[in-house]
Amino acid sequence: MSIGHALLGLLEGGPRHGYDLKRAYDERFGQDRPLHYGQVYSTLSRLLKNGFVTEAGVEAGDGPERKRYAITDAGVTDVERWLSTPEKPEPYLQNTLYAKVVLALLSGRSATEVLDAQRAAHLTTMRELTRRKADGDLADQLICDFALFHLEADLRWLELTAARLDQLAAEVAR
Amino acid sequence: MSLLRAEGLTKSFGRTHALDGAGITIREGEVVAVMGPSGSGKSTLLHCLAGILPPDSGTVHYRDHSGSDRELTSMNDGERSELRRTEFGFVFQFGQLVPELTCLENVALPLRLSGMKRKDAERAAKDWMARLEVDAVADQRPGETSGGQGQRVAVARALVTGPKVIFADEPTGALDSLNGERVMHLLTTAARETGAAVVLVTHEPRVAAYSDREVVVRDGRSRDVEFAR
Repeated sequence: MSIGHALLGLLEGGPRHGYDLKRAYDERFGQDRPLHYGQVYSTLSRLLKNGFVTEAGVEAGDGPERKRYAITDAGVTDVERWLSTPEKPEPYLQNTLYAKVVLALLSGRSATEVLDAQRAAHLTTMRELTRRKADGDLADQLICDFALFHLEADLRWLELTAARLDQLAAEVAR
Repeated sequence: MSLLRAEGLTKSFGRTHALDGAGITIREGEVVAVMGPSGSGKSTLLHCLAGILPPDSGTVHYRDHSGSDRELTSMNDGERSELRRTEFGFVFQFGQLVPELTCLENVALPLRLSGMKRKDAERAAKDWMARLEVDAVADQRPGETSGGQGQRVAVARALVTGPKVIFADEPTGALDSLNGERVMHLLTTAARETGAAVVLVTHEPRVAAYSDREVVVRDGRSRDVEFAR
């Protein structure tokens, strides 16, 4: 996730100070991984340097004064470019699970046990996400669904590999 | 304590060995997913567990509402049929509702077959249809409803008799993701509220994720991860 672009996107709604931005980010995208303050301020300083944001006054409060940041035209263009550029699909060709299956077969250990243990671990995580989805709002549901569909793809691969283990064992033994 | 327990089940159809020593244990109120590839024997296992099909060998024991242990595998057809009607509920992928009856009459049907008066049966059916969020289609025939609604009507019919076990064979197999999830959410929520166990046959991991645990069937043999420990 490009934090810089996410912060720029949030600034399109109007100027905000750093703490406010962090809160908005955590609420929408933070989920299990909230931003550190350091990340927010270092990102803002980079955006400032690149001309994507500008300082928009200081907000007086009970504590220290807080700088407000506004998005610039260059910032808007940058967000537009980011939104219209598709994310590069993961090739998924480096696969630890495949390596474990092959190494289990090569060493005479049970590849079925490797696959079954992984299946159980995947389903445990999928159950947790399904429960979280049931208690959550639409944002929670969509975020959990993204994870669930990806885990399901892994599980389908585990199942397919389990069905082809004899064939794979013969090839590995060559 | 186990509610339903199968051991050493074998079942062949001609030369095809659908079950080859399968076993499974279901406890009261738990949701168990039976998973495995197509043709692995998972539906045959469900049919033998539910007393729809007699296995060639092996045993199935069930603890009924009075706490008595009953062996399904030594019952005759009539006894098994009676047990299915009074203690079990069923949800299948297709074709389970009577097309000539309204949805309300379909849901009330198991109660009517047990001798309940129409008014009482339909009152209970209406309650269940409301819980499954299909009360709006009560007066429609199954052919006039969407796939998701029809499946929720079928779930209401499976639950209306207060079964101790619900057998669901690919209950979302004909539905899109969104409708499938709604059916699974409502089915498992209702089952947990009433304390019914669910035996859920599925090849879809996202559907299996609604269960408490899974049993994997491969080549007619089952691997009950929990009970194998």
